[in-house]
This record gives sequence, C-alpha cells and structure tokens, in this order.
Amino acid sequence: MIDFGYTPMPITVHNMDKADLSLAKWLAERDETFNHCISCGSCAATCTAGKFTDFSFRELTHSIRRGEISKAFSESEKCMLCGKCILVCPRNVNTRNIVMLIRKANQIFKP
Amino acid sequence: MRYPTFTLPFTIGLSFVLLYILVIWTIWIVRLSRREQKIVWKRLFTLRTIKAIWESFREGLLHHNIYKKNAVLGFMHMGLAFGWFMLIVLGNFEARLYPHGVINPPYYPIFFEFFRHDLTPLHEYEEIFTFLMDFFLLLVMTSIGLAFFKRFRSRALGMRRTTKHILIDRVAITALWFIFPLRLFAESVTAGLYNTGHFFTNFLGQWVIYNLPLDYLYYPAWWAYSISLGVFFIALPFSRYMHIPTEILLIFLRKYGVKEKNNHSTFTTIELNACSRCGICIDACQLSTTLNISDTQPAYFLRDLRYSKPNERLRETCMLCMRCLDACPVGIEVTQIRKNERNEFPLFGTSNYDYLSEHKYPKAKVAYFAGCMGHLTPSVIKSTLALFDEAGVDYTFIDKDGSICCGRPLQQNGQVDAAKQLIDKNNTIINETNADVLVTSCPICASEFKHNYRLNMPVLHHSQFLNDLAKQHKLTFKNTGEKIIYHDPCELSRGLGITKEPRELLKNSFILEENKKNTGEKSLCCGGSLGITNTSLPQKMAIASDAVFQLYDGKTNLLATACPMCKKTLAMAQETVKVLDIAEVMLNNLEPKKKKVQSQKEPAEAEVLS
Repeated sequence: MIDFGYTPMPITVHNMDKADLSLAKWLAERDETFNHCISCGSCAATCTAGKFTDFSFRELTHSIRRGEISKAFSESEKCMLCGKCILVCPRNVNTRNIVMLIRKANQIFKP
Repeated sequence: MRYPTFTLPFTIGLSFVLLYILVIWTIWIVRLSRREQKIVWKRLFTLRTIKAIWESFREGLLHHNIYKKNAVLGFMHMGLAFGWFMLIVLGNFEARLYPHGVINPPYYPIFFEFFRHDLTPLHEYEEIFTFLMDFFLLLVMTSIGLAFFKRFRSRALGMRRTTKHILIDRVAITALWFIFPLRLFAESVTAGLYNTGHFFTNFLGQWVIYNLPLDYLYYPAWWAYSISLGVFFIALPFSRYMHIPTEILLIFLRKYGVKEKNNHSTFTTIELNACSRCGICIDACQLSTTLNISDTQPAYFLRDLRYSKPNERLRETCMLCMRCLDACPVGIEVTQIRKNERNEFPLFGTSNYDYLSEHKYPKAKVAYFAGCMGHLTPSVIKSTLALFDEAGVDYTFIDKDGSICCGRPLQQNGQVDAAKQLIDKNNTIINETNADVLVTSCPICASEFKHNYRLNMPVLHHSQFLNDLAKQHKLTFKNTGEKIIYHDPCELSRGLGITKEPRELLKNSFILEENKKNTGEKSLCCGGSLGITNTSLPQKMAIASDAVFQLYDGKTNLLATACPMCKKTLAMAQETVKVLDIAEVMLNNLEPKKKKVQSQKEPAEAEVLS
C-alpha cells in the first residue's frame, strides 16, 4: 500500500440498533442514578485521575451507553475512587457506586 | 444417697459446655500464629495478667463499659452476670461449709436447697448465707424483669432498637429467662414446705403460694429448673451466649497485645465469638438513626461472618466511621474485620495506575499535601497557605499539579492491591522532599499516611500544625468573643485521636459551643464517608443535616470543621449554619503582623541600597 502519510479515519459511527446495551441495563437495574447522567462534565472537571490521564466518569458513561463494554471495563480501572465527582454532580449520580459496579460486572460478564 | 435423676439435664449440659469450651479454647490457642503465641508466652507472667484478670471481672461481671454509657442497661447486665456469679460462688461456699465435707458432685451446690432443708449445722453462717442467696436471686430477677421489659419497650432502657435474633439465640435466651424464675419457684416451693430461705423465697413460699399443692409441685419444679439450665448450657456454644467464655479469652489475648491483622485470622474467630449481639452498635450507627437501615450493623455482620459469610449488602453497607467501634462494650475491632472481609473481593488490577506521573517538587522544611478533597475546596488550600506565609513557614506544596489519591478510598472498599500502587507513588514523592514534617489538610489522607505509609517524617494535620504555630506566637489571632461549633471529623477524632488541637486553635478567637453528647471520639459522621458506595447523595445529605442539627443549639450559626470533605458535605446539606474549615475561620481572624514584616523588610532594603 502506498504510504500517503495519513490513513483513512477509523469509523466512528455507532449503530445504536446493534449496540450491546447489556451493561447499561445491568447498571441501571442496580443503580438507577446511572440513567440520571446528563453528561455535563462536572465530574470530568474535578477528576483526580483526569489530571494525569484521559479519563472521566462522563466518558465512561458515554462508552457504556454506546455499548463499548470492553472499553468501559479497561477505562474504569483508572478511577481512584476518591469521591470528588459525587460531591459535584448536579444530578446526584452515585458515581463511585457505578464504578464499583462496573468493576464487578467486569468479573461477571467475562466469558 | 440415691442418684437424684432430676439433676441429669443440668449435669449433661454442664459437662457438655465445659468440655466444649476446653476444646475450643485449646484449638484457638494452638491456631494462633507463632508470633502471637510467642508474645503471649513472653507476657504471661507480667503485670498484664493481673490487669486482664481485673478487666475480666470488671467487664465480664460488672459490665462497667455498658454502665458508663447507660446506667440502667449496665445495671441489667451487671445484675444478671454478677448476681448469677455470686449465686454460684456463695452456693459453693455454703455447700462446702456444710459439715458433710468439702468434696461434692457439681450439681450439689446448685440444687443445695433440694438436698438440705435444715441449715442449722452452718451455725452463725446460716442467716448470712440464706440472706445473701435470696438477695442475689432478687437482683437477678430484677435484671430478668428489665431484660424482658427491654424486649418489648427497649426505649425505656435507653435503646432505640434491640437486635433481632436468630432461632438458636431465641432458644438460648428463652432458656436463660426461665432459669431464674424456675429457680425462684423451686426454692419457694421448698420454702413453703420446709420453711427454708429468707426474706424473698421464704416469704413467697410461706405467704404467697402456700395454697398450691406444694407436695405435687416439689419434684416438677426442681426438674423444670434443671431442664432450663441444661437447655441453656447445650445451646450456649452455638448461640450468642458463647460470648461469656470467649470474652474472657479475648480480654487476656488483647492485654498481651494480640490484634486484628490485615486479614482474617484465628483472633478474628475469637472476636466473632465474643460478640454478644447486644445491639449497642445499632443505636450508635447513623445509618440506623437517620436512614433506618438497621440490619447491617456489626451485630448482624459479625453474626453472619461467624456462622457463614455475610452477603454483599451486609458487607458493603457501612460508612466505616468507627462509631460502633467506640460504642462496642466488648471492644471488638469491628471496622478492621469489615475491611478485611471487603479485602477478599479485589476488583481492580495491579498495573492500572501506570499513567500517574511523579512530579518533582522543590525541597523545603514543610511538605504540604492538600489531598483530593483539599483540591475540591480550594479555599481550604488558600487559607492554609496564607497562614503559612504569614507565619513565614518554609513549605513546598507537593500536590500542586494534581494530587495522587492517598489510597484510602480504595483501601476502605477492599481494593488493597490497587491502593498499594497509589501508596507507593505518593510515598516516593513525599520521601523525596526530605522535609521535616508532612502537613495535610485532609484527615483521610493523614490517617492513611500514618497507618499505611513508610514515611521518613512525622505527619501532622493542618489543625495541629497551625496550633503549633499559634503556640509559638508565629500566628496571632484577634479574640472576637464569638461563639462557634466544632464538628470532629471521624478520621481525625476516632481515627487519629486528634480532638484537642483544633479546639485549642479555635479558642484563640472563639468561645466553643460544646455539645457533650456528640463531640470528640463520639462525634457524628458527616455522611460523606468514602467507606460506603451504596448510599445515594440524598441519603448522605440526610445524615449530614442530622449531624449538623445534633450540634446546632441556636446560639451561633458558625460551624468549623477540620476536614474538606466534611466541610463540603455539611455545607451542601443545610443552609442554617455556615460551615467553614478551621483554616478559613482562623485566617478571617488573623492579626496581621504588619510591623514585623516592615521591620524585616527595612534592613533588607537598606542593605541593597548601601
């Protein structure tokens, strides 16, 4: 293949009809506040881990809602559970609980 | 003498329970780790043993710890334990003083009144023995009455809730409740027939139940007494009453220095068996008092852990605020046991925090660590650093560019390995500063630094450090004469025992409004606790506003606390009281040292000019 110095962009379109929303459902059953998130990004702004790396609770919710489960599992490990995001969330999302639940799901969902 | 058949249930029960205790104590002691056994041996013949004997007497019989918290409840436990103990001891003395000899079968002193109706051979002791036996029986009966009353109206004895018991506990408690009324009945029947006893049994026998067919009741009454004793003894090892023998062992081991470690051990088993499920922890727990979650407290958690495994909800529904630890009359290390139980379920990886970079910071005498929660409340950092500047402290702010979490939240939620990564990273950063002292604004961090880090410098909370500065007259404050409430953060008061310093600091400018009930080691949790994940924010807010209004007495609207997280939570929960960090309030009342600053500057300028 000829090297043009650039490559086509990876496909970023998500087919929501085919998205695997099992984790989103599983989480919402255990903590309904998961559905309350409006992606305002307050959590991302305060995040301790976010100071050092590309991580935020907002992104985590996004990827779960898009069905990117394996990404959510690997991302969720970056959380330090410090709890700042809970205190700033305007929608009272129980963020730490959801991170813990994602980690539990990581053990349950594994084939 | 023909063998008295009716003593059989008692004899079987007693032999069973004694044998069981002997076997289980041996197993436990053998299974203690070698290090623990070594300490026990080393300290066996020291003053500690005498102290342990005294404590066993004080706690096992007099229930001094319960008495200190609640006099009626203490009396109830004391009456039952000490009264029963005295009945056994006096019964034995009485039986052995009787002229037929010192050696007798174990059931003989217990059923002494059945065997001997004529006590005149005791001579001058007859009166005193019969009186004391009746007196202690009356004491025990009073306690049983109180206990019975408590089951139905616990509030009358100062308990909001009592423990809900499982079947074996119900069997044991029923048997226990029957023992003394049946003994009283048997002795009264005997007194009715043979005119024995003293003011209590003699009165009942001769004046109250004399109309009953006492001849027919004589044997059944003694049989019933013996059966109730037998049932109680058989049920004891499997019920909550196992705490009676276990607590003695626990007190001795604790006095020798055996402690809970970072995972379950034989000592944990001993602690689990020493829990009497008295339910004092339920009332101490704010999850119960505020949120009405009254089935996850240590009484239930330890019970389930003793018999099998507590479920997830039971394991995780706890704020780890340590109020139960402070309230427990047995002194079981409840919080550590729960943390250890959580540790058995690791969820995080062991290389997931590789993204953390270790910033380098300039060296200084004082290393200041704000912590995550400090960064969430920038005014705390600002005020603390302003005070440092004022006092001329040579400091370096070691988490200026984003702090790495101290690891406590992960650790409290059972993620020890994950926390270890954070601990290692922070440990290097802090140790590399080579500072004389590490000052932190966050009691959560302070507690973690003190307990789980290997630092080459002492750790101080900013309230301690600022208090030291004030004492050295490096900081002077205006005396406003205003009133202020101080809220003790859990990790600072119960976790680190720091209660005096913040108060001393506040007293420079304020008059403290103290609410004796919920201060110091008994302080209320703000609800923001990082030890729990399954409570929602509104629930946390309910706990927080309760915590504020327990302290608030209408005399002042100013509340100081010493934890950025407590500040945030308490301020979010209500609007009546203004919540500030101790550093903020002190900065507001700072007496600026203008003269000094000028006088320092002038010579410097003069030097430059010359």
